[in-house]
Amino acid sequence: MIEIRNIEKQFEGKTILSNINATFANGMTNLIIGQSGSGKTVLMKCIVGLLVPDHGEILYDGRNFVHMGKKEKKQIQKEVGMIFQSAALFDSMSVLENVMFPLDMFSNDTQHKRIDRAMFCLDRVNLKGAENKFPGEISGGMQKRVAIARAIALNPRYLFCDEPNSGLDPKTSLVIDNLIHGITKEYSMTTIINTHDMNSVMGIGEKVIFIQEGKKEWEGTKDCIFTSQNKKLSDFIFASDLLQKVKKMEINNMKD
Amino acid sequence: MIKAIKTFGKYLMLMGKTFTIPERMRMFFKQYLKEMEQLGVNSIGIVLLISFFIGAVITIQIKTNIESAWMPRWTVGYVTREIMLLEFSSSIMCLILAGKVGSNIASELGTMRVTQQIDALEIMGVNSANYLILPKIMAMLTMIPILVIFSIFSGIIGAFCTCWFGGILNAVDLEYGIQYEFKEWFVWSGIIKSFFFAFIISSVSSFFGYTVEGGSIEVGKASTDAVVCCSVLILFSDLILSKILA
Repeated sequence: MIEIRNIEKQFEGKTILSNINATFANGMTNLIIGQSGSGKTVLMKCIVGLLVPDHGEILYDGRNFVHMGKKEKKQIQKEVGMIFQSAALFDSMSVLENVMFPLDMFSNDTQHKRIDRAMFCLDRVNLKGAENKFPGEISGGMQKRVAIARAIALNPRYLFCDEPNSGLDPKTSLVIDNLIHGITKEYSMTTIINTHDMNSVMGIGEKVIFIQEGKKEWEGTKDCIFTSQNKKLSDFIFASDLLQKVKKMEINNMKD
Repeated sequence: MIKAIKTFGKYLMLMGKTFTIPERMRMFFKQYLKEMEQLGVNSIGIVLLISFFIGAVITIQIKTNIESAWMPRWTVGYVTREIMLLEFSSSIMCLILAGKVGSNIASELGTMRVTQQIDALEIMGVNSANYLILPKIMAMLTMIPILVIFSIFSGIIGAFCTCWFGGILNAVDLEYGIQYEFKEWFVWSGIIKSFFFAFIISSVSSFFGYTVEGGSIEVGKASTDAVVCCSVLILFSDLILSKILA
């Protein structure tokens, strides 16, 4: 479980995050949603340690990440897997080498065992056969799947995904969503996903946090979104005519 | 001025982060060998080519411009050797390598920064500066002195080729001049200077690449800035080192 308490962050006097509190439970896909520039990525960067919040606490199963020493922070970072918006695969390494990288760096297993583990992870994301290809030779969807395989190579307890469906077609996005959701359940991880993809929200949003202008505006489940009275949330989620029609239909179904 | 001090402070902090014991020696040596190949072995061709022609051109220029009845015939070989040993093969060759290797390092690290590959390393708990920059610095410190020696030999061969194929002067006179009052210290002086230049090229270029913020335009700018800064620092340190090592 990850808890964030009173997180605040400013850049050059401009407030980006203001007094954010949230709890992200184990074995659940927790979604942070909001418009571009709302502070989602800054919040995620604060949680994983790429940025230091100006104020507040981040607790990884009770361990305060903000105030701990370098050694302890490193220990927690080894329990973290992250999937970036751009996949962030190492260009000079093959798919297999990318997945093996965290194992090479932190595992004391033999080379044979490390390869086996990497192949298992690639198989888990349906990428067996692509191990000798380089990131530049595979599609965006495949790159995201390699990033997932790399993120789970060390059996992380916490998984972070920054807009994992960015730049992907709806069908591939669904594959990625289901993969992340499946892995979260399988390994009982605490998964936090930054997204503004409404298909992801409706599909795997077991817990949804809505952020606007650096403030937490709403918190709930995907089912509560339809009945929520929060105008800002409704304006954001049901921005298109199609989604407004879907909302009406869904509310009618609930009444029936 | 304050900006320059701040930048220097950031550079020192990055070097502090870089010069730590690698987490996995196996991974460090893997990277070290890769960098030696990429930054050093892949530069051998250009070093040999440029040195060969410069050696030949120096011989021709000296021969045609200082020819005099008062001047001994071996002067051409003597001057060519001194220029190659004292300045060209160490300082000028490193200036050329600052362009080739410096821009390569800055653009590689800059691209890794803007595509979040460095962030990915940090989140895994890897000291990204140590993992990425230290092998580059060590590889350059290993390879540049070797390239300097290759450059000296290639320049001398270039000089001889002007005798053998161009008939500019007698090869025996050139050989006598090259061997005349040879001071071994000049070779060591060139090698010592090259260590400093290797460190400047690798660390300064890495700093510019590693600290890029933005996109492809900033990566290009960092690459240019790295080459300019390395060149200025090489020239400045050459001035000081030449005085100290003279």
